[in-house]
Amino acid sequence: MFDSYRGNTLRYDPDRCINCGMCSRVCPHGVFVPGRETAVLSASVSCMECGACALNCPVQAITVQSGVGCAWAMISAALRGRDMDSGECSCGGEQPGSCCGAAQEKSE
Amino acid sequence: MDTTQSCGCSCTPGIPSLPCGCTQSKKETPGIRTATSTITIDNRFDHFLARWGVNRMGHTVRPGLYQLGNPDEDSPVFASANYTLSFDALRSALAGIDAYLLVLDTKGINVWCAAGKGTFGSAELVRSIECTDLAHVVRHRTIILPQLGAPGVSWPEVLRRSGFKVEYGPVRASDLPRYLKTHTATPEMRRVLFLLADRLALIPVELVHAALPAIAGALILFFFAGPLAALAAVTAVLAGTVAFPILLPFLPTRDFSTKGLILGTIAGLPFAGTFALNPSGPVWMNAAGTGMAFLVMPAVTAYLALNFTGCSTSTSRTGVKNEIFRYVPVMAVMAASGVVLGILLGLLGWLEVI
Repeated sequence: MFDSYRGNTLRYDPDRCINCGMCSRVCPHGVFVPGRETAVLSASVSCMECGACALNCPVQAITVQSGVGCAWAMISAALRGRDMDSGECSCGGEQPGSCCGAAQEKSE
Repeated sequence: MDTTQSCGCSCTPGIPSLPCGCTQSKKETPGIRTATSTITIDNRFDHFLARWGVNRMGHTVRPGLYQLGNPDEDSPVFASANYTLSFDALRSALAGIDAYLLVLDTKGINVWCAAGKGTFGSAELVRSIECTDLAHVVRHRTIILPQLGAPGVSWPEVLRRSGFKVEYGPVRASDLPRYLKTHTATPEMRRVLFLLADRLALIPVELVHAALPAIAGALILFFFAGPLAALAAVTAVLAGTVAFPILLPFLPTRDFSTKGLILGTIAGLPFAGTFALNPSGPVWMNAAGTGMAFLVMPAVTAYLALNFTGCSTSTSRTGVKNEIFRYVPVMAVMAASGVVLGILLGLLGWLEVI
């Protein structure tokens, strides 16, 4: 109870891993850390499903259904009778939304 | 206008077989523009307006290649988004460094959000490399991307399609000078932190977005239920938009909705107390007033808290969806029963008057 974030869609197959280190480099939450022979999935619960690791894994050892965890976008999509998953982050669209505004302008 | 028209292939000269995705206007020569590391008062004013959500999509930089200092063909290349806050963070962090800055067309959206949408992505990166003729500007074949661009970029695809190797720099541009010494980032440079300063910076835009419905709700309550009810509405909204971002890591539970319910209940305490201890009212009326404060205020704060997930840096789509299905019905029932209770109370009061 009180933890809706316990499960997620991140799946990792260490048998495929070639230990290139890319997943631990792109993950902003330390979900993957470098290991001796393969990358180590050390904090699966911290995953925010951004998809950076899966997209940058050269051997497809990682899969994740990536998407933006934005309630505003999902509720707006549902209210307009569309699939919640189709509800793209509203930022950049015509509709001004409260989501992501200036969230990460600190990034380069 | 011909801005969306394919260019007469000024990009990739000599390799006409490659598809040209260049969408620059023919009138624009794909020359290299000049950037400095100085943040002017005008820049700061623009940042201020961006923080307050004024002209939200208008804080843009012209996409293309920029030179910073006096770069030569061996100077590093950094990619950025065409959002002023992103671009300004990069150019100011690189003070004293000669470099090229490749600004992708992310439609005025910051790197991370644009990467999530795919506009800061492999296709746009490859297109920008081709259109700016980067392969003839620098001799090396490496381009440094902000780490938070990674959700939109696949390095093997960029390498295959452009010949450029993607190197992921640190999360924060301010760490770049340190990063450039070894071209390796420490684990903390790779972490998104969402510190108090980051959360405080989001409050203005949260306030702006909640302002209209909050003022409308407070006015309606003021005329139909009195100043105390109007104040309660404003308090619940301020709890969700100002107090919540500040207190986020200190509120127990991981779910934003339950954090919001807790915060809204705390915010409702003084109002519930005032209703409960009202000496002039009958007991049932005091009890109903107390119930209203504890039903409506936590529901409003929790809904605003749930909507903060998109601003936060840690919520997965799976988790947010779980939260919506679990708590939105609860919030709706709480708010609806509170409102019904209020209307009943108003009707009874009105009947008593006659």
